[in-house]
Amino acid sequence: MELSQGEIEAIQHEMSLYEDSGAATIEALKVVQEHRGWVSDEAMAAAAKVVGVTPTQMEAVATFYNLIFRQPVGRHVIMLCDSISCYLTGYEEARDHLKSSLGIDFGGTTEDGRFTLLPICCLGNCDRGPAMRVGEDYHGDLTPERIDAILTEYK
Amino acid sequence: MEETKVLTQRIRPDRSPVFIDDYMAEGGYEALKTALSDFGPTEVGPLIKEAGLRGRGGAGFPTGVKWSFMPRFEERPDERPAHVYLVVNADEMEPGTFKDRMIMEGDPHQLIEGMIIAAYAIGADIAYVFIRGEYVECQRRLQRAIDEAHEKGFLGKDILGSGFNLQLYLHMSAGRYICGEESALLSALEGRRAVPRHKPPFPAASGLFGQPTTVNNVETICNVPHIVKNGAEWYKGLGLNKDGGTKLFGASGHVAKPGLAEFPLGVKLGDVLEHFGGIRHGRQLKGLLPGGGSTPFLTPEHLDTPMDYDGVGAAGSRLGTATMIVFDDQTPIVGVLKNLEHFYAQESCGWCTPCRDGLPWVEKMLIGLEEGRGQPGDIELLDLHVKLLGPGKTFCAHAPGAMGPLEAGLKYYREELAALIPDDAKTLSLTESANANPL
Repeated sequence: MELSQGEIEAIQHEMSLYEDSGAATIEALKVVQEHRGWVSDEAMAAAAKVVGVTPTQMEAVATFYNLIFRQPVGRHVIMLCDSISCYLTGYEEARDHLKSSLGIDFGGTTEDGRFTLLPICCLGNCDRGPAMRVGEDYHGDLTPERIDAILTEYK
Repeated sequence: MEETKVLTQRIRPDRSPVFIDDYMAEGGYEALKTALSDFGPTEVGPLIKEAGLRGRGGAGFPTGVKWSFMPRFEERPDERPAHVYLVVNADEMEPGTFKDRMIMEGDPHQLIEGMIIAAYAIGADIAYVFIRGEYVECQRRLQRAIDEAHEKGFLGKDILGSGFNLQLYLHMSAGRYICGEESALLSALEGRRAVPRHKPPFPAASGLFGQPTTVNNVETICNVPHIVKNGAEWYKGLGLNKDGGTKLFGASGHVAKPGLAEFPLGVKLGDVLEHFGGIRHGRQLKGLLPGGGSTPFLTPEHLDTPMDYDGVGAAGSRLGTATMIVFDDQTPIVGVLKNLEHFYAQESCGWCTPCRDGLPWVEKMLIGLEEGRGQPGDIELLDLHVKLLGPGKTFCAHAPGAMGPLEAGLKYYREELAALIPDDAKTLSLTESANANPL
């Protein structure tokens, strides 16, 4: 398969920002993910070709970084912070509520393709724990009620 | 206690960003003009060294000394490599740390101005901000600030007619805590797995793409314009003890008013805690991590500790990022330790065996203790891990960082941990143990 012209141009732009264009390996994966939601084997191989690295080199990178998705994800990815400040302020209750109300475990996607639930390292929102990120939005001071209200905003 | 606002002087109460017009109206980019007109390229570093600025990312290495390791090419321009790099570490992922995010979102030009001066001081022609992928708002605001700085002629070619050139780019990370380790960060920036590198050579000798490179933390760099503008003596005078300057302090966890504040280095731990409202719900302090997840616990007996590099060191911990994580007397220590060690086990890059295999074992033992499946000898086995995963036993500082709170936990809360082992518990064989305690 081939990447779209938009993807190829975005990757080439990233390649121009580094002394060695291979440095854009991670950026290329991010570009593909931005356009397709996740990175399939085929898209990864096509991106490797643009950057000029082998598919194996690109896969080594793709499997290392947790913000690169190697499986399809829902329209909105929920990342619940599981680090210490949120742990102390109610992470477990937020986790249990998210899991039961969405009917999925960490790593799962709801049947309607609306949400994927993932744990994430400290989000840097520690003064408002427990905290999560939905898409690009930060939400803090989570309670089961607040979680319900927040999730209705994401269709 | 009143705050001493240097780095946060322009931060608005609602955290809305200060962009170019407001930044310049409040004295922004004056320090850059001063640096370029009154200082030679080799004269800024000694000023920073004289001021006593130490790295704010956690390690506390003197910034001016770090800069002095960079090779100079003024006398031998023919030998100048293709590029010399400044990299700002904005990969803020230390558990409980949220300080760099605030100053990048609230005052992005302060970082840009500091970076331009720092690049001038080390002779860099390309600078990157390596920023964690989740900090999308920081990225947007910094990108706008970079564009504004270009328009004003503070970035690009022949900056303010000085002959100094600098290109500045943002690099959004794709995750993983280990990217905060400076040599792993350089691997990530080169598009590889973020595996730490052997030192020596240090980045100043062979860093990004094998070229001379300095890596500094966001908050460290934000101090630079203020030192250039006000001088080393002024800066040293800000600190209450030996260390110069102010520090962003934070508190999260069981404090009544979690948040961030700026105080002189050397302020008493108890006063910082009081600023954040003390312990919430009328409870008592049990312990705290003074500067992120890898700093050993301090306890109520340490409330008089001066919060500077030497003071916290003398109390058996590290100042770290100075964003403290506080827990009350109702908190089982085993849960705190389990949460911390889970983080470190998960975030090990997997390169060296003690870290890759030792940390999950530690986590597994802590889960066993928490769930009432502890075995005689577990405490001693945890002690052994503190030794085997400690400084000098691993490729980088990740596992030793993970052992900091574990060692302090075994010291301060030993009886509480030992009491978790059931009285009738037997030591299982390895097979039985693995079956009883899968991870």
